[in-house]
Amino acid sequence: MARIGVFVCWCGENIARTVDVEQVASAAFELPGVACAMACKYMCSEPGQATIRRKIAEEHLTGVVVASCSPHMHLRTFRKAAEKEGLNPYLVEMANIREQCSWVHQDRREATAKAIDLVSMSVAKTRYNHALAPIEIPLTRRAMVIGGGVAGIQSALDIADAGYQVVLVEREPSIGGKMAGLSETFPTLDCSQCILTPRMVEADQHPNITLHTYSEVESVEGFVGNFRVTVRKKARYIDMEKCTGCGQCWNSCPSKKNPSDFDYGLGQRTAIYIPFPQAVPARPVIDSAVCMKLTKGKCGICAKKCLPGAIRFDDEDRLVTEEVGAIVVATGYKLYSVGREQRNDHVTGYGEYGYGRHADVIDSLQFERLLSASGPTGGEVRRPSDGKVPQCVVFISCVGSRDNAKGLSYCSKICCMYNAKHTMLYKHKVHEGEAHVFYMDIRAGGKNYDEFVRRAIEQDGAHYHRGRVSKIVEQDGRLVVRGVDTLAGEPVTIHADMVVLAAAMCPSDGAEALAQKLNVGYDENGFLSESHPKLRPVETNAAGVYVCGACQGPKDIPESVSQATAAAGKVLVMFSRQQLTREPEVARVDESNCAACFACIRACPYNAIERAEIRDRKGQLVKCTARVNPGLCMGCGTCVAVCPSKCADLAGFSEQQIYAMVECLV
Amino acid sequence: MEIGYYPGCALHGSSNDYETSVRSCLGKLDVGLRELDDWICCGATAAHSLNHKLAVALPARNLALAKRDGMTELLAPCPMCSMELLRANRALAACPRLRKEISEIVELEVDGSTQVLNLIQVVQKIGLDAIIRQVVRPLNGFRPACYYGCLLTRPPRDVQFDDCEQPSSMETILAALGAEPVDWNYKTECCGAGMTLADEETVLNLSHKILSDAAAHHASCIVVACPMCHVNLDMKQADIERRFGVRHELVVYYLSDLIGLALGIDEKIIGIDRHFVVKK
Amino acid sequence: MTLTASTDDLGIEQLSGASLRDCYQCGKCSAGCPMADSMDVLPNRLIRLVQLGQAEKAMRAESIWKCVSCMTCTARCPKSVDCAGVMDALRQIAFERGAVPEARQRTVLFQKAFLDNVRRNGRLRELELVGVFKLRAFFRDRSLRALMKDSLLAPKLMHRGKLHFGGQRVKDRAVVGRIFTRCMTNGEK
Repeated sequence: MARIGVFVCWCGENIARTVDVEQVASAAFELPGVACAMACKYMCSEPGQATIRRKIAEEHLTGVVVASCSPHMHLRTFRKAAEKEGLNPYLVEMANIREQCSWVHQDRREATAKAIDLVSMSVAKTRYNHALAPIEIPLTRRAMVIGGGVAGIQSALDIADAGYQVVLVEREPSIGGKMAGLSETFPTLDCSQCILTPRMVEADQHPNITLHTYSEVESVEGFVGNFRVTVRKKARYIDMEKCTGCGQCWNSCPSKKNPSDFDYGLGQRTAIYIPFPQAVPARPVIDSAVCMKLTKGKCGICAKKCLPGAIRFDDEDRLVTEEVGAIVVATGYKLYSVGREQRNDHVTGYGEYGYGRHADVIDSLQFERLLSASGPTGGEVRRPSDGKVPQCVVFISCVGSRDNAKGLSYCSKICCMYNAKHTMLYKHKVHEGEAHVFYMDIRAGGKNYDEFVRRAIEQDGAHYHRGRVSKIVEQDGRLVVRGVDTLAGEPVTIHADMVVLAAAMCPSDGAEALAQKLNVGYDENGFLSESHPKLRPVETNAAGVYVCGACQGPKDIPESVSQATAAAGKVLVMFSRQQLTREPEVARVDESNCAACFACIRACPYNAIERAEIRDRKGQLVKCTARVNPGLCMGCGTCVAVCPSKCADLAGFSEQQIYAMVECLV
Repeated sequence: MEIGYYPGCALHGSSNDYETSVRSCLGKLDVGLRELDDWICCGATAAHSLNHKLAVALPARNLALAKRDGMTELLAPCPMCSMELLRANRALAACPRLRKEISEIVELEVDGSTQVLNLIQVVQKIGLDAIIRQVVRPLNGFRPACYYGCLLTRPPRDVQFDDCEQPSSMETILAALGAEPVDWNYKTECCGAGMTLADEETVLNLSHKILSDAAAHHASCIVVACPMCHVNLDMKQADIERRFGVRHELVVYYLSDLIGLALGIDEKIIGIDRHFVVKK
Repeated sequence: MTLTASTDDLGIEQLSGASLRDCYQCGKCSAGCPMADSMDVLPNRLIRLVQLGQAEKAMRAESIWKCVSCMTCTARCPKSVDCAGVMDALRQIAFERGAVPEARQRTVLFQKAFLDNVRRNGRLRELELVGVFKLRAFFRDRSLRALMKDSLLAPKLMHRGKLHFGGQRVKDRAVVGRIFTRCMTNGEK
């Protein structure tokens, strides 16, 4: 015999202004199975919860319905309260009479009637609730971090330092990401590689970290606590055991004029190469697209020069399977491509800036390489066209960012800061040089950030012009920049030697494909979606998959590092549990009735249903059946809907419950 | 091939050398031009500057006439005309209320369905291969600066032709005919447009910059596809030279002039001798 | 300026179809405008004035009549604000209200003469236009020099077959007159 307690919340004014809560409580009391019904100002408050607990005890309640806000808000709160009083938490239901009633209607009479209907439905459902227990699933206490930039490295180190094994997968031949290519970082002007390389080496040498460089995630199977990730280790053509990193090979390679990815096309490298001197691992790879031996069967000088005999032209990609319990995605960013070719149809590029036509119009990462001591010009700022030192450099903000018409609508956050940094570093190297920045706003909201920008203007003499640039043309070997200073109210034309475009920050190539493999959502710009922008910034809606760094949205290094540690923290919380539990509201197939038509398998969006065989003690096949994997099932109910023999059902939301709810409406 | 033809006021006025050029060039390529019966002025700058409704109604009347006469495609060699027609087309196609209102004003049904083409688009439609086959005098030695002006490629949402920052459609055609188009900075900068009479100073300033940049990039001539640009760069060239104390001496060809030359048509038949600046 | 609650934009937003709130004053329109160096109020500032409810000030600017309608502003605007459309709207409002600054009257005179010519003839009759415009301009500024300027052009044009004393006329001119009347109901001067 059901004894359900109904608790109707005023929610201050939020519900009570539109719904007559006392009337709802009285009506609820008349429903079959209801032992007590009352209204309360704030159900979620301490006194409110205390009321529920008191009533559970006094009235020996077998079920609870709280008519208040969305279950997203407080279902967990009320379930915990019930559990403390000894009532199974899955016997607690909520009727949403706020978001689905008082907040969307104005007529008091109608809203109250609807609230009563909603409560009746919840009561009807609750009558058929069963006590459920969370499902325990096995947990592999190993993590995978995808992406070896500063965020990935930080996350891997944190998890590894806590004593767990980490697999770090990086697409490039070396870890380090974009930060390895920067010259100095704001606001401290620390040498980027100097602060990063110790971390890189630590990651490489850490006993708990396994590094897969020049590798990509091929496929992901499994579920939280039990992922099986296949990683493709691309052929390096080097025997990593034998290679000592001596450099004989790349120093003798005759194919010297291949554009260097690390220098964003400003420098060149050989066919067998190490991306930069401090690479980790400090071992080369062969670019199979340009190597003469691999493409035409000629040359092979590197192999001849290699004393340990570490060159292996017969190398092939290898697939490695890693079993992990948690995955952290830290795939980072790339710059918006300012030239005409774009990824999407609606993003069109800037023909008016001449990027790609004029050699001296470059983007910000390219400028970093010019500034960097290990860059293509040895740290001297020189024009790509003629190698001369530019005496006047123009920096343009918001190229691609904050541009709904041609680019992307969002702000890339870091450009205001690095533009100021670029002016300072340029002026430090070229004392008499002129640095001009065209900006729309200055976004410098971090610690010491605004002071940093003011320093560029007040101490280093950078000229700041508020306004966009309309066009850049080349004239007599210089670049004519036509912009405007809206503060002065005049057009401004500058004859510059070099123009640096602060291009927008976009997610790395392949981030979307990876997200799809992991069942992680992403927005229209390709940034991976966090569970909640305010309160859950490093979790995703895929259980066991966490996200950190620029792949989630434009951000600077301190934020990336913070998020990386946060993600590691979440992983460690998971690993610290005795066992992993999942909510029990999952589907179940009645195997005795299942006709094995497998319609449910085809319908399931989470690949959570398997074909199973039931065998007798002799091992002979009795029947085939569909079987739900409670670890993967997300409780969507699609299988229940499609099953023709009605043997799939959802615990906590059974067909019987649904019919009961419908019946009380008609 | 036969297409509808909307000459516009300039081509029947003092830019009739452009019409001669277009007719002889397209005629040689077997394109029949069926002139729109009783067409009226598109409104040009004056209409869109002084009255928005008129700026839609005048081109709309022409679109309605084309629709009435069963013309699915309309060549408008003057980009002012083609832009106004395309702009009206787009506005009418997007808004049923406007279509109704304008149809009443122009006393004919208009629905924005007629396809409006500029000269370059018609050449593209004929196809470069077909043209190359008929070339008898390749344009060797010509180093044209292809000048698009404003309205061939802007506003991009209305005209949707080529790239409004780095257009290349004329270069492609002329290169295929043997010329060596130069890369230069003023492809789409304004020449001063219809200000020739009202604000001559502006035209002289802007057109001087265009001529100077073409020369600075070693162009041997300029190619245009707009009668207003032609007037400002050709007819006014002497005034520009006087005003700024320079010698530009750059012949300004219509695109159809050069195609016609390549096809072997005589200069006089094309009408090149009627330019102000002639080849020495 | 003192801002008041009412922000009457004189109908600029509706006439131009531009969403003025979208403009974040980046100035790219002004940066690319070929006439910016000789404008009293830059294009972005004209829009700013209308945003601030100061359309009256904006419509009295000389810049709108220096504008050559090259459409560069509209083409490059990152927020797809039809800046050229706003210039057109300002011109129309200024014209209808008789608020054209003295120094720019000549331009308006020309546009008006152009429209009158089209209204009468259905198409442009160039000689008539030049004649009417020059005469009207002469009556305003009394400049004989301006009147006689370009007269040497006539024989040159004639020599090249570009001068037309007659020319075809539109058969149905009456409908053109009616179109004009229906569109310009706000009264022409």
